[in-house]
Amino acid sequence: MYLNEWMKNFLFKLVFVVSAFFFLSPDILHAEWGLNMTQGVTPISQDVYNMHMTTLYVVTVIGILVFGVMFWSIFHHRKSKGVKPSKFSHSTSVEVIWTLIPFIIIVSLAIPATKLLARMDDTSESSITVKATGYQWKWKYDYINEDVTIYSNMAEDSVEASQRNSGIDPKATDNYLRNTDTALVLPVGKKIRILTTANDVIHAWWVPDLGWKRDAIPGFINDNWTIINKEGVYRGQCAELCGKGHGYMPIVVKAVPEKEYTAWIEGTKLALKSKNASSDKDFTMDELRAKGEGVYKANCLACHQANGQGIKGVFPAIDGSPLANLKENIPAHIHQVIYGKGVMPAFGEQLSDTDIASVVTFVRNNWGNKTGHIIQPKDVVAARKK
Amino acid sequence: MSSQTIADHDHHDHKPVGIKRWLFSTNHKDIGTMYLVFALIMFFIGGSMAMVIRAELFQPGLQFVDPQFYNSMVTVHALVMIFGAVMPAGVGLANWMIPIMIGAPDMALPRMNNMSFWILPFAFALLLGTLFIDGGGPAGGWTMYPPLVLQTGKAFPYLIFAVHFLGVSSIMGAINIIATVFNMRAPGMTLMRLPLFVWTWVITAFLLIASMPVLAGAVTMLLTDKYFGTSFFNAAGGGDPVLFQHIFWFFGHPEVYILILPAFGIISQIIPTFARKPLFGYASMVYATASIAILSFFVWAHHMFTVGLPITGELFFMYATMLIAVPTGVKVFNWVATMWKGAMTFEAPMLFAIAFVILFTIGGFSGLMLGITPVDFQYHDTYFVVAHFHYVLLTGAVFALMASAYYWLPKWTGYMYDEKLAKIHFWLSAIASNVLFFPQHFLGLAGMPRRIPDYSVQFADFNMISSLGGFAYGISQLLFVYIVIKCVLGGKKATSQVWEGARGLEWTLSSPPPFHSFTKPPKVTKALMDY
Repeated sequence: MYLNEWMKNFLFKLVFVVSAFFFLSPDILHAEWGLNMTQGVTPISQDVYNMHMTTLYVVTVIGILVFGVMFWSIFHHRKSKGVKPSKFSHSTSVEVIWTLIPFIIIVSLAIPATKLLARMDDTSESSITVKATGYQWKWKYDYINEDVTIYSNMAEDSVEASQRNSGIDPKATDNYLRNTDTALVLPVGKKIRILTTANDVIHAWWVPDLGWKRDAIPGFINDNWTIINKEGVYRGQCAELCGKGHGYMPIVVKAVPEKEYTAWIEGTKLALKSKNASSDKDFTMDELRAKGEGVYKANCLACHQANGQGIKGVFPAIDGSPLANLKENIPAHIHQVIYGKGVMPAFGEQLSDTDIASVVTFVRNNWGNKTGHIIQPKDVVAARKK
Repeated sequence: MSSQTIADHDHHDHKPVGIKRWLFSTNHKDIGTMYLVFALIMFFIGGSMAMVIRAELFQPGLQFVDPQFYNSMVTVHALVMIFGAVMPAGVGLANWMIPIMIGAPDMALPRMNNMSFWILPFAFALLLGTLFIDGGGPAGGWTMYPPLVLQTGKAFPYLIFAVHFLGVSSIMGAINIIATVFNMRAPGMTLMRLPLFVWTWVITAFLLIASMPVLAGAVTMLLTDKYFGTSFFNAAGGGDPVLFQHIFWFFGHPEVYILILPAFGIISQIIPTFARKPLFGYASMVYATASIAILSFFVWAHHMFTVGLPITGELFFMYATMLIAVPTGVKVFNWVATMWKGAMTFEAPMLFAIAFVILFTIGGFSGLMLGITPVDFQYHDTYFVVAHFHYVLLTGAVFALMASAYYWLPKWTGYMYDEKLAKIHFWLSAIASNVLFFPQHFLGLAGMPRRIPDYSVQFADFNMISSLGGFAYGISQLLFVYIVIKCVLGGKKATSQVWEGARGLEWTLSSPPPFHSFTKPPKVTKALMDY
């Protein structure tokens, strides 16, 4: 009796705690989505969600029927109830029926799926084309016809918080691992064609709110499209294993009204021009080091690590290396950053002269490297000309 | 005590002793035992890697391992579980059971049998050894997609040669099974009287022979791309990275049926035994298994819906994939119909078998969902996929293997296992595996990609639940080892029949069976196989 009371009490508490955990936990309440697929913000994502729910309902009903029969049998046809087993071993009519019914169900699912796939496949009549190129581990976006190219790295605070035992609470970080330094800005209500490709290994471009993902494959260009109906910021990340930085390749899409989009394009064009124009200016060591640290975090840290030690056998150390310390190696050092070497990608296209000058200065004057060498943007310009 | 008995005993049961018995063994039972023990060891090695993965994912942030090592855990966990645990366990069961189920003295090719086993420890020494060299183990995923896999360091050639060895071993095992079943059946053991386990293994063996060389070809092309300047998969040299995926999955999809078909066979043995009723629709079971095997060669690209196939290709592979649900459905319905109006008891093998039917079917449901191309664009490469294939492989294949271990342990050892502990093991496993994998459906739908060492904070709660389930599942399996060891050491004597409702030749032999199974072929009649 006492045990029963205790059991009841315990079960009540357990159910309460479990349901509180699932339904009342503030994290879940405040999360963008909880248990289910997002309905997204495009006509296609809504259709994909509906197709997902239809299939889910169909399999749930089948499951309830099949498991229902099974459990009825388990409870009633047991030896302990003195049942004598039947001897039947087949029935052609039943077997034909339960082959045909699943077949009919499948055909009825395949028809709407075929129609939806055909609509997703139609990339014609788009008004804007953006090419997304996957790099280890960042995204490059080319606005075709606009002559605008932007690179999108994971935001610096996420980089810091995601270091092993960083001591920084991910929950206190703004959109931990899902925030970038530069967002892909797109206009709402326009048909946008998104091309995906890659520079090194296979990546996959995925923003769940748009309703699809597509692989980005070196040497191939896949085309996709979307119409975003609602202004907002939509987050996703790389979905194909692409090496150690695979979990650190966020995608942020900022959907804005068309006017704002046009203004942003113009502004970005101007900014890109001035960025390239500043290369004849000279900077002080402190300026270069401060700027270089940011460039290092966004581009170099994933492989060479925060302490410049790299990973033994995979990524070489910069701290103490001859390339980053000997004066006669300065040209080689700049050359390697611009053109890459082996697994190391070429940064010449994505980093400005000032970026390269400052990051090279930074690594030559950080950790145990105390060379005092100052590299100016004009040195990089000279290196590019060779 | 008469010397006569000892001499007789010697005559029937002569066997080599010591290390030589195992190293040079040509005996199907000894080789079967070695396969099973090897598989269990690999199950724990692969499982400990899963524990590392779940520990790292317990909460957001990076606490225990670096991303590179995390990726190598993901990669090697899969390779070890597939090629080291589930496949060898299946081959071990085939070795032990097929000769005594068809009334043969041994396997048809005993020396090849020895070789196909002894390749395995060396193959895994190559693979696991890479975890301790500079640069670590392979970290490009078990699917080995180029160009990423070509960035592997010193581990690369070890990985390729390990896969070659595993392929050779599997092909030899498969040839042996086919040769045994087609040549060594006892008189009266017609093909349509074969126990379902034997049938599923014959079909699996054909899948192995057809698919393993394809994998060997694919990894050899990787090897030459890396070291000999070829460009099979290098777009810059005129090659095609997607070509590898086509070749890999032409092997890979039959491979998943290689893992699950023997499990179907096991379940089809166990359910009739404990329902005390013949298997419903024997012939349709055989035909369904064969159709699944044939269809498995026409669905490979459903693993690649997002690579950018032309729409006609996507439609073809979607339809073919959905079609597999029909024969698979037939199997599930047949199992339920076998239970219907039986007189069931619920010993550990039956519990695992029932759990298999339910949980495998849930994995089948998510499989059908994944097969629908436009929706797969959302599911693909998320935790929804991870949940799906662990439902079919862990609560599917592994649960069936556990069921088979309890079902045949008394036959193998001559002693009954501890039923009470086995039931505890079942309930712990069944509950823990669902706590482990069910929330992963939610994670995938909510947008968490697979193969990431760290995640955005909205995924924190379900990852924590999943990890707790993972730890519980991992610890529960130690109980299984204890039960097995206890059973090997002694216990209640098992009869030849062992289970009241068991039918078939293996239950006519003593428990444990003599060293050389059937020295004279038994006469198989319909009555022997039937109820």
